[in-house]
Amino acid sequence: MTTTTLAALVPLLPFLGALGGLAVGRTAPGFVRPLAILPTLTAAVLAVLVAVRQGGGRAIDAATQLTPTGSVPIDLALHLDGFAVLVAVLVTVVATCVQLYSTAYLRDDARYPSYAALVSLFTSAMLLVVYSGDLMVLLVGWEIMGICSYFLVGHYWETPEARAASLKAFLVTKLGDVPFLIGLFALAADTGSFRITKILAAVANGGLEHPTLIALLLLAGVAGKSAQFPLHTWLPDAMAGPTPVSALIHAATMVAAGIYFVARLLPVFAASGAALVVLAVMAAVTMVGSGLAALAQDDIKRVLAYSTIGQLGYMSGALAVGDRGAAVFHLISHGAFKAVLFLAAGVVIHAAGTNSLAAMSRMSGLARRIPDAYWTMTVALLALAAIPPFAGFFSKEAVLVAAEHTALGDRTAAPAAAGWTILIAGLLAAVLTASYAVRLWLLAFRGRGAEVPDHGRQPLAMTSVLWILAVPTIGFGLTAGILGDWFDGHALTPSLTTAVLSTGVTLVGGLVTYGAWRHTTALAARTPIGAVAAHPGAEPALVEAEAMTSHTAAYGTIADAPDPADPGRLLLGPLHRHAVTGFHLDALYTALFVRPVRAAARLVRFLDREVVDTYVNGTGAVTRLLGTAVRRAQTGNVQTYVSALLAGSLALAIAAVVFANVNAGS
Amino acid sequence: MHLAYPAVLAALLFCVGLYGVLARRNAILVLMSVELMLNAVNLNLVAFDVWLRDTLHSGQALTLFTIAIAAAEIGIGLAIVLAVYRNRGTSDIDRLRDTAETDEAETLPDDAETAPGQADGQTGKTKKAEATT
Repeated sequence: MTTTTLAALVPLLPFLGALGGLAVGRTAPGFVRPLAILPTLTAAVLAVLVAVRQGGGRAIDAATQLTPTGSVPIDLALHLDGFAVLVAVLVTVVATCVQLYSTAYLRDDARYPSYAALVSLFTSAMLLVVYSGDLMVLLVGWEIMGICSYFLVGHYWETPEARAASLKAFLVTKLGDVPFLIGLFALAADTGSFRITKILAAVANGGLEHPTLIALLLLAGVAGKSAQFPLHTWLPDAMAGPTPVSALIHAATMVAAGIYFVARLLPVFAASGAALVVLAVMAAVTMVGSGLAALAQDDIKRVLAYSTIGQLGYMSGALAVGDRGAAVFHLISHGAFKAVLFLAAGVVIHAAGTNSLAAMSRMSGLARRIPDAYWTMTVALLALAAIPPFAGFFSKEAVLVAAEHTALGDRTAAPAAAGWTILIAGLLAAVLTASYAVRLWLLAFRGRGAEVPDHGRQPLAMTSVLWILAVPTIGFGLTAGILGDWFDGHALTPSLTTAVLSTGVTLVGGLVTYGAWRHTTALAARTPIGAVAAHPGAEPALVEAEAMTSHTAAYGTIADAPDPADPGRLLLGPLHRHAVTGFHLDALYTALFVRPVRAAARLVRFLDREVVDTYVNGTGAVTRLLGTAVRRAQTGNVQTYVSALLAGSLALAIAAVVFANVNAGS
Repeated sequence: MHLAYPAVLAALLFCVGLYGVLARRNAILVLMSVELMLNAVNLNLVAFDVWLRDTLHSGQALTLFTIAIAAAEIGIGLAIVLAVYRNRGTSDIDRLRDTAETDEAETLPDDAETAPGQADGQTGKTKKAEATT
């Protein structure tokens, strides 16, 4: 088979798997698991094959047109370059791991068939985005991901948190998608094509008339999908979904799509210096803000969610300084270690029976109960904090090196202001990343107090994928030397200055947090906290759903716990109160958007019920009144009817005669 | 013969029939009155046919046609009257008023849940159902 055929099969197989899963889910439950795993696994093998065949060389383009679509043609096009094939490998591998993990995590779930089908559909949509060479086809995948995330985040729809979170995820991303769509049209209007290759050729010839406008419109959609400030608020709440879904959304699909899209169309953004500076500021605010917020969260998954936002900030930072190789490098390594972190967090929540770090810090021996999750999570946290030689170190270094070069004027792809912004924010975020990573590790695995009750052995399907994903987490960074050739050809290897600087600040952040923990941990014994949901025999998802519900019930919010022994509280000081709520951004949006919309809805309701309905009801009432009057004539006596008929005929005959005479006379 | 005689006779017959249809109470007599009215028309048709010297005699042909239809109609009509009489014990037109609009029928399906007269409406319906079986 040709490479093109293989590449077309990669998104198609999970899609067919999803259709099959939905079709037979109810009638033949035995087929659901093979239908969930095998297509995704095959797609992963094929994606690797495509990557090997493509080999980072010249981009392979193939297109077919199903039907003419008017002025700007829409093609079913594939565009396989180094970025596409490597991201596709990441997506399929993570999706396969998530499907495997889900078979154990949601093993008794009544809605597992539809869940697995949606995960497959989600994967297929992301692969469509990755491989597509036509922006309209890319948009199809982009929107399918939006609706799939809605369904998957709302998987536990019995809980009000999940319902609210799924709606929020959908609405906030859609809010960005509207400008995104307009931006795509504007781009097509300027360049005359939706094909990425043609657009890039047109941009290279200076064919873009409104580069800033188009770039800013597209950035709105990217900010929504990739959870960048100010549209990031859906991501922490999306933790109300099952853990494998979080892993899928955060590691491989959805949030990666925005970054990947900018990487694909980077010359369009680079045509406007203003757009790059806006992207840089957005990335800087996102990195630092999310780092502070992550330090204050109590829910282990919310910490990871904010960390995802921060790491996405690094990627947009790399894009803002015009180095898409570094951005996609970080995207892939982040995908690997964030998948490990989330999947391990699912194991931790199951073993501890709670998702609250405050409650975990009052249990001892969690690390001994779940050695697989403990070791893989430690490795992944080291990668997250960018400690050499793990993957995160190399990819983050690539970002910082690009920023440094731009700031010092060695690279002219982006304004120096963007370079300085990213460099400073990146170093600041490195401190915060190290800090919350260390806090998470200490609170989860170095707790003191009662022994963790035994919640049974973790299923093999859940622990084995952790080790599979731990391999790239450890080793992927070492490919930095050869990876540059797959991308734009820039070197992605770390430079000494930034390496020393960032590792230094990382160590400082980690050590300060360790010190704060030593200082505060003594307080833990004085304030007992712990609401634990234990179902040793049941599926892990049940524990998680109950833990989330009980967190709100026990502590009042889903984000915070009143724990004086939290090192984050000591480190953040007065900032802690604000950081817990994500710097009151939700409250601001409530005041700015939600309340006016509600008021408008009340007005519309009033107008509908009181004004429009009055006329409608009035019409009905009048008709009925007339009907009542006419019905009096319906006596049931046939002779009355015939009499009326006679009288009518007579009257008509007389009238006819009279009129005939009158007309004849005139 | 002058046309006036058959025409006046036909008019008288028609008026007698009309009176019978409008005023008699017995259904059989009403049917008989209808026959009178039909025959008045037949008389007119024959008379005018002769007066106009129609070569095709369409008036006479139509009369034969009317007689045939009338025979069929009266057969069905009497059968209905017989069936009604067997059911009701009467063939009195004044008492056969099932199609009259009553207040019971006023309750519509959509406000049947709220209307207190729902039970009455149902009993009214069942009464009617009993009456027609």
